[in-house]
Amino acid sequence: MAETHSLQELQQQAAVASKVYVQRDYNSGKICKFQTKFPSELESRVDKQQFEETMQTLNNLYAEAEKIGGKSYLEGCLACMTAYTIFLCMETHYEKVLKKIARFVKEQNEKIYAPLGLLLTDPIERGLRVVEITIFEDRSIGSGR
Amino acid sequence: MSAVMMTRKVRKWEKLPGKNTFCCDGRVMMARQKGVFYLTLFLIVGTCSLFFAFECPYLAIHLSPAIPVFAILLFFFVMAMLLRTSFSDPGVLPRALPEEATFIEMEIEATNGNVPAGQRPPPRIRNVQINGQIVKLKYCYTCKIFRPPRASHCSICDNCVDRFDHHCPWVGNCVGKRNYRYFYLFTLSLSLLTIYIFTFNIVHVVMRSVNSGFVKTLQDTPGTVLEVLVCFFTLWSVVGLTGFHTYLISLNQTTNEDIKGSWSGKNRVQNPYSHKNIINNCCEVLCGPAYPSVLDRRGLMRDDLSVPTSAAEPATNSNPVPQTTKTTAPLIPNEHTPDDAKPSMADAAIAHAEKRSPSPREDKLPTLPKSSPTPTKVPPLASPETDAEASIIAKDKAL
Repeated sequence: MAETHSLQELQQQAAVASKVYVQRDYNSGKICKFQTKFPSELESRVDKQQFEETMQTLNNLYAEAEKIGGKSYLEGCLACMTAYTIFLCMETHYEKVLKKIARFVKEQNEKIYAPLGLLLTDPIERGLRVVEITIFEDRSIGSGR
Repeated sequence: MSAVMMTRKVRKWEKLPGKNTFCCDGRVMMARQKGVFYLTLFLIVGTCSLFFAFECPYLAIHLSPAIPVFAILLFFFVMAMLLRTSFSDPGVLPRALPEEATFIEMEIEATNGNVPAGQRPPPRIRNVQINGQIVKLKYCYTCKIFRPPRASHCSICDNCVDRFDHHCPWVGNCVGKRNYRYFYLFTLSLSLLTIYIFTFNIVHVVMRSVNSGFVKTLQDTPGTVLEVLVCFFTLWSVVGLTGFHTYLISLNQTTNEDIKGSWSGKNRVQNPYSHKNIINNCCEVLCGPAYPSVLDRRGLMRDDLSVPTSAAEPATNSNPVPQTTKTTAPLIPNEHTPDDAKPSMADAAIAHAEKRSPSPREDKLPTLPKSSPTPTKVPPLASPETDAEASIIAKDKAL
């Protein structure tokens, strides 16, 4: 896990009060999308608007990764013609977007959630099933840097 | 007193639950039984070798040198697709960590309310609506998750696989979301290769017989007889399989759904995943994005081997290995200490960052019954498959 120095200190010094899991939203089909409904446990910690914005951006990024269009067809055809050996040297479009998502989650944690005593876990570490939000106890807020 | 802690770095694949075997330090992932896969390899390589040895020299001279060249290209494509199908992660879903499992159990309890003792609890099902159709998500007792749509648990590999098609012993792996297109291309190219070899065997025998006579031809090239036999039987099965999967792809169905009759049309239930257009369905299945593996097989994690003497070792915390290792861990004599010795959630989360594990690699052993007590205070509802009775009994014991 690539945590910043301040997040690590947060984890070591703080005690975890609880964890909240935001589930997948399958209403739009099988694409990777998380529910944007604001969990009640976070009401005292973070602004509803801010949270929904984070989740919406995350959903948009996953939609970009899974987009079926000209570019993905081209990638598929090229790969098929080389018997998929091209993936030994090239990164797939999905992997590129996943890296983007990892950077986004890290940035959100550093800027917004760590100062509030929260930690978002990148969904890929939970098999793209849930967004895990760790809630640290209040006493940790002062010591986080 | 304190235990002596030895920390070593291990790759995550060494700690993954499930009955897979890993090779090349986690790069290759297969099922346990590989015997039939070796047979497949032997048949393909053997038949092609005979073809290159007996037919190709004659045909290259008397017909065209393009024949062996095309055969070689086709052979390499078939092998590449076979190895890609066999060695890649089919789309295995990682199991829920203990906190997540607890969270889901609490949600289920809240939904179901209080069930009087002795009564069967309602089945764990979550309803979602996809494209206007109600789809039921089932709960997997082994993986402790609600399976995403189209996912299914493979009992041979002991994993939940996304868009599970079937477990294929011929390729020695499950066929799921990530490797379905390679599997299809493998069957398609193998059909072409079989037809190709069969046709040119016949052509070769006919051409030689015209010159030398039929019996002498067979004596000169004994390999031909063998090839024709193998190709004849392979043809019917592989071509039939390719046809079947072409049909499934055009309808955007999986073998699993077809066998269960999920979208057979009774009760006006229709396939919500189909685009109602054959071209769109084929494009989605064969040319869709290349999904990455969500199993981090080659990531590093710390494995703390504790040579234990104390009972309060906070080792039963949220590591990627679920409760199954508890029953098989020989190093911790106090594994069955009562729940008050087990850590609180706080310890669990902090230790999670360091990913401790109580025992060395035990997961490759046949997984013992999953009804071992969970490390948290939730009543152990981890019954294999859907044994509601066992869960009631377990609930009563824990309360």
